[in-house]
Amino acid sequence: MNKKVSVFRKEHFCAAHRLNNPSWSKEKNYAVFGKCNNPNFHGHNYEMEVKVTGEPAADTGFVIDLKYLSDLINETVIEKLDHKNLNLDVPEFLDLNPTAENIAMVIYNILRSKIDEKMDLQIRLYETPRNFVEYPAS
Amino acid sequence: MVFLTRIEHFNAAHKLYNAAWSKEKNEEVFGKCANENWHGHNYELHVTVKGEVAADTGFVINAQILSKLVKQFIIEELDHKNLNLDVEFMKEKLCSAENLAIAIWHQLTPHLPEGVNLHSVKLYETPKIFVEYFGS
Repeated sequence: MNKKVSVFRKEHFCAAHRLNNPSWSKEKNYAVFGKCNNPNFHGHNYEMEVKVTGEPAADTGFVIDLKYLSDLINETVIEKLDHKNLNLDVPEFLDLNPTAENIAMVIYNILRSKIDEKMDLQIRLYETPRNFVEYPAS
Repeated sequence: MVFLTRIEHFNAAHKLYNAAWSKEKNEEVFGKCANENWHGHNYELHVTVKGEVAADTGFVINAQILSKLVKQFIIEELDHKNLNLDVEFMKEKLCSAENLAIAIWHQLTPHLPEGVNLHSVKLYETPKIFVEYFGS
C-alpha cells in the first residue's frame, strides 16, 4: 500500500527585480523582456508553497514537522529574499536572471540539502496571483 | 446613488526612505522597507465611484470606460516601475501606500465624466496590508 503523503507549507516574501541578459543589447533585452526589463527595477509579492512528500513516521505521525519546515524556510530562504533586490542583494542571482523559474530552482537547491533525502521536495512559486511555476516539474 | 468598484493591479518597486533623516534613523523607523536597493509588491487597486444610475444605460459608469481611465492615468504610470524614481506624481513624496492612494485620487479625479464622483481609493500593498482614501 502506498503510504506517501504530501504536506505543504506556504510562505511569502516581497522583493524587487528586473529581467536582463547582460550579453544582449538594450534593444534586444527590451524586445524579449518588455517592461520587466525596466532599469530601475519593479517588484512582486511572491508566494511560495513548499511540498514535502514521504511516509508519515510511526512515532509522530508526521511526514515532516511543519513548524520545523516553516523555521527552515524562514531562516534559509525568506531571510535571504524578503525586502531585497534579487539582482543586487542575492549572490545566487549575480550571474543568473531572477525569473520565477530560476528563483524556484534556487529555493529548491537551498532546501534540498536540508531535508531528508527520503522525502521528495517540490517548490511552487507565485510571482503574481496569476503567474506561477513549479520545480521540479512532474 | 450606487457605488461601482473596478479592481486593477500593478507590480512595482519602492523603498521607504526619508532623505532628511540619517541612514540609521531610516532603518530604525522603516526597517527592512528602507533597503537602499529597493524591494517590491504586487499592488491591487480598488477604485470606487458613485453616481446616479442612468435611465438609458442602467449604468453609473460603463465599467469598461472606468477600467480604461484607471489603466491610462494610473496603471500605465505605475506598472513595472520604480515608484521612487520613475513616477512623476510621486516625486519628492514618501512612497508609502497612504501617499500613493492619495496621489492616485488626485490623478484620477479630473478625468472622470460629469456626474460620476470618486468615492474611495483602496490600495492593497500585500494581501494583508491595505489603505483607503476618501478624498479628505
